[in-house]
Amino acid sequence: MFSLPIKKFILIVFLVLVATYISLPPKFSLFGKDVSRPNLNIKIGNFTLQRNFDLRLGLDLAGGSQLIFQADMSKVPADKQSTALNGVKGIIENRVNLFGISEPNVQTSVFEGKSRIIVELPGISDTQQAASLIGKTAQLLFEEVEEVPGVNGTTPSATLVATNLTGADLQSAQVVFDSQTGKPAISLQFTTEGGEKFAEITGRNVGKQLPIVLDNQIISAPVVEGQITGGNAQITGNFSIDEAKQLAIQLNAGALPIPVTLVQETTIGATLGATSVNQSILAGIVGVSMVGIFMILAYGRLGIVADVGLFIFAVITLALYKLIPVTLTLPGIAGFMLSIGMAVDSNILIFERFKEEKGKRSVANALEVSFGRAWDSIRDANVATIITSLVLINPFDWPFLQSSGPVRGFAITLLLGILISLFTGIFVSRNLLRVFVKGGKHD
Amino acid sequence: MINWMKYRPLYLAISLLVIGAGAFSALRWGFKIGIDFTGGSVLEYRLPDGQTRVIKSGPLDEAGRVKTKSDLEKSVGGPVAEVRFENVGPTIGPELVKKTFYALLISTSAILLWVAYQFKNIKFGISATLATIHDSLVLLGSFSLLGHFFGAEIDFLFVTAMLTILSFSVHDTIVVFDRIRESRKKGISDSNMYSLANNALSQTMTRSLNNSFTIIFMLVALILMGGETVKWFSVALLIGTISGTYSSPFVAVSILVTWDELQKKFKKH
Repeated sequence: MFSLPIKKFILIVFLVLVATYISLPPKFSLFGKDVSRPNLNIKIGNFTLQRNFDLRLGLDLAGGSQLIFQADMSKVPADKQSTALNGVKGIIENRVNLFGISEPNVQTSVFEGKSRIIVELPGISDTQQAASLIGKTAQLLFEEVEEVPGVNGTTPSATLVATNLTGADLQSAQVVFDSQTGKPAISLQFTTEGGEKFAEITGRNVGKQLPIVLDNQIISAPVVEGQITGGNAQITGNFSIDEAKQLAIQLNAGALPIPVTLVQETTIGATLGATSVNQSILAGIVGVSMVGIFMILAYGRLGIVADVGLFIFAVITLALYKLIPVTLTLPGIAGFMLSIGMAVDSNILIFERFKEEKGKRSVANALEVSFGRAWDSIRDANVATIITSLVLINPFDWPFLQSSGPVRGFAITLLLGILISLFTGIFVSRNLLRVFVKGGKHD
Repeated sequence: MINWMKYRPLYLAISLLVIGAGAFSALRWGFKIGIDFTGGSVLEYRLPDGQTRVIKSGPLDEAGRVKTKSDLEKSVGGPVAEVRFENVGPTIGPELVKKTFYALLISTSAILLWVAYQFKNIKFGISATLATIHDSLVLLGSFSLLGHFFGAEIDFLFVTAMLTILSFSVHDTIVVFDRIRESRKKGISDSNMYSLANNALSQTMTRSLNNSFTIIFMLVALILMGGETVKWFSVALLIGTISGTYSSPFVAVSILVTWDELQKKFKKH
């Protein structure tokens, strides 16, 4: 009759082994030997599953910089603002990519008419240069190719010469479909003055390339097929729809230069981050040990079961941080530690109930009754914390709620902690106890 | 069994004393508001002797940042390394105040509705909410005192702590209310709220204390060893945990019982 708990017990053991494996650091030493934990790399036929089980650290732990820019939208008509903001975002992403950072993150946010661009640069501490380069107003130029004939046997080369046609002369760019080929193309509309300049430039460059340069990078180099008058032009080529859209965004961003100003900056040096990691690990170990000892002092053998449950809670949580993945920040660690304190709560509720019920019925029966009765209050009580953490996480990016990194980091770990503690408190501890208590000789 | 409800005047006195001290401090010295809300700069340097130095000022531009560093190098007579730089423009603060307000409003009303729905009675919801307001006042007052004497600042992490504590306080209150609900289901009638409450408190007191101890252990470890960034955040959570543990039996349940008694008095007349 105990086959069911034992099956579940085996399931729990299996789960814990997998979670422990994932939560191990990539390299560690065991009894003086160096052990390394390979990452997941499965290949069956065409199916490959690769997973990197490394903990993702936020800017405050790994070091890095967060820059928030505000875009000046005062000269942009209301219906074009969101396109314009995306254009600026695209430009900033391109500039950020120049830094060669591993995981840069560029986001936009609009609150009460204020448009912001949030840039996260992990691993960078010299922000002076980064901020001024990223915050530059975009510059779009149409340039001519000038052949330089080879002198004394050197190969001929070509240089770019800026024309007087700039982003200011471009009214708009949009994706269209070529009427003959059906392929995506980009249609350009110039201002009246721009159209005249464009006609003159295309007139003297027939058969040549006319590179379009944004921020000193060539974004497109169409060949002029003939003089184009009237202020409308089309760039055709083998674009995919996404490429065409991307190019249109870049052209629009250059056509409508939006000045941005740096309104907030947070830079954490890598050494400070490393110190924080060590401090947090120490605090975590001390805190967990104290909780573990306390549970044994207060509940004896039951306390040991709770501690095993706590260990399982910790490895499952760590494994999920790596799988989801959750970017761990300092407040996030605080959220994790707080959730450990709360995770024991479901055990305490059950054990206290068990003490009461033990007098009234058999041990195994009392255990089941305690779990059933305690569940109501555990569920109701945790809903309150789940509500608050959801408000803090702001999962749908509602503009009227915050989306600050540290706060989110805290709330995400807190929410995960509560959900996992519900699972370990009810499923894991319950089945562990069923297996241990079945003899009925419990004190 | 202990007659917990007999000592309601004592609980009221303790709460009034703590909140009163905080209110006095808030009126007299106000709050130290962090740069998240006011705008400004915080710079942290590592000095040649390995110590760290934190400098706060109004919003800085790049020139100001360079100047601050060179000024410091002159005064300590050696090279210093900048390990942290935070700069918040003046427009960010007011927005954050609004967002904080929305967050508080949404989570408080959602929790109030949830408790009222679960216990089929608005009395429970309002008593629980009043207890969380009690905890918020205790926390705010404490931070006014801590700000005046130890330089603790109200920043956005403080607000996060406050929201967390709000839910923790309700968490604890629900556990006690749940016992009252269970007894009512067993057929013990509503007229006996006084003794129901006494029963529920006796049954949950050990659990409340033990659970708070485990949370307090974790938070004390964070305060002592977790580093400067989360120190005041952890202190806020700790004060909130203690106040939340206290307020569930002694504020929320006291209000519930008192309300019930008043209601009956009016019905009689």
